[in-house]
Amino acid sequence: MPLSALADGVRRIGAGTVHAIARAGFATRFFVAVIMHSPAAFRRLQLTAREIYFSGVLSLVVIMVSGLFVGMVLGLQGYDVLNKYGAGDSLGIFVGLSLVRELGPVVAGLLFASRAGSAVTAEIGLMKTTEQLSAMEMMAVDPLARIVAPRFWGGVISMPLLAALFSVMGVFGAYIVGVRLIGVDNGTFWGNMQAGIEFWPDITNGIVKSIVFGIAVSLIAVFEGYDAKPTAEGVSAATTRTVVGGSLAILALDFILTVFMFRGLGNG
Amino acid sequence: MNRSTIDLWVGIFVTIGLGAIVFLALKVGNLTSLDTKPAYRLEAHFDNIGGLKLRAPVKAAGVIVGRVESVRLDPKSYEAVVTLRIDEGYQFSKDTIASILTSGLLGEVYIGLEAGGDPQNLADGGRVGKTQSAIVIEKLISQFLFDKAAGGGAK
Repeated sequence: MPLSALADGVRRIGAGTVHAIARAGFATRFFVAVIMHSPAAFRRLQLTAREIYFSGVLSLVVIMVSGLFVGMVLGLQGYDVLNKYGAGDSLGIFVGLSLVRELGPVVAGLLFASRAGSAVTAEIGLMKTTEQLSAMEMMAVDPLARIVAPRFWGGVISMPLLAALFSVMGVFGAYIVGVRLIGVDNGTFWGNMQAGIEFWPDITNGIVKSIVFGIAVSLIAVFEGYDAKPTAEGVSAATTRTVVGGSLAILALDFILTVFMFRGLGNG
Repeated sequence: MNRSTIDLWVGIFVTIGLGAIVFLALKVGNLTSLDTKPAYRLEAHFDNIGGLKLRAPVKAAGVIVGRVESVRLDPKSYEAVVTLRIDEGYQFSKDTIASILTSGLLGEVYIGLEAGGDPQNLADGGRVGKTQSAIVIEKLISQFLFDKAAGGGAK
């Protein structure tokens, strides 16, 4: 009896592993298939433009307002700590570097996963549930080219732009708090920022990060939607997986990218 | 939502997104630095470069005239060889002195160039003959303490 219970436990681990590997394999093949069908998304640019509208334009408000507030909080807290060491003048570079390197891409990515990624997953999942995808296949329209690829590219194109906007709004928020309210000198704020932040590698690395996050979140969103169980529960579970998986993927990728990008920068 | 409205909004979105990247490049970073201008290279040998980093500024009379492009160790003389990228608009005489300086006590390390009186100028790839190494504060302090101790003993 205990032996069979043990065997059951081991069997469950095995089944879980096989399932995870199978899903990873399916996701990889799916990714390749989406890339293969991408020319269709660019040939019919109207479809992709529509998805940029839904993923990007409609996320503008949440991204810009969050960026503004994150920047204002950074300005307040950063000044508080820096001023203890008499370095309140370094507020500009502190805020600029944290936003451009980390917070811009990461927080914009997290917001993007929950605002746009979940919507894409729910939409594709519901299409699958209501058999619209099968209907398309019956009409010899490839749903990968017609539905999935435009949504994927809409997300990939929107994400870097949203991250850049987030950083700009953050810098603006810090400017309002630091310069307008606290009274850091205007010239010092911008001068320190420009002296300490290089276009290459700081800003370009931030952009590379946001592109990678865009690819990751968009792929997870379309994959979870396409792979969802065709039931109401299945769609809701897939939406949750998009948000949780997308957020975790962003944070993990951020760590990996940071290790490769900024390791050893300081010691030349 | 019809097609032209979507196109309009996507156009606005992409424009302000690209505008944000340009803003980051120009206003937050300093893309307008000397890198894009034509430049020439000078070499300087130092005994000790202290905390000098790549892309550190090269200043003459406090004005930034270039950047540190590379730092390597000469395997024979064990001297640090620093390559400076100097803006072509600035020429320096052959007896220029290059010294490694620090702005403030804890500020950034930079290279200061002091032009001499030689009528001939350094050419591309030329070597700055006279250099002054970085002042290592630990050495300075230990020297000071040593002098103090020696002075106290003689009394």
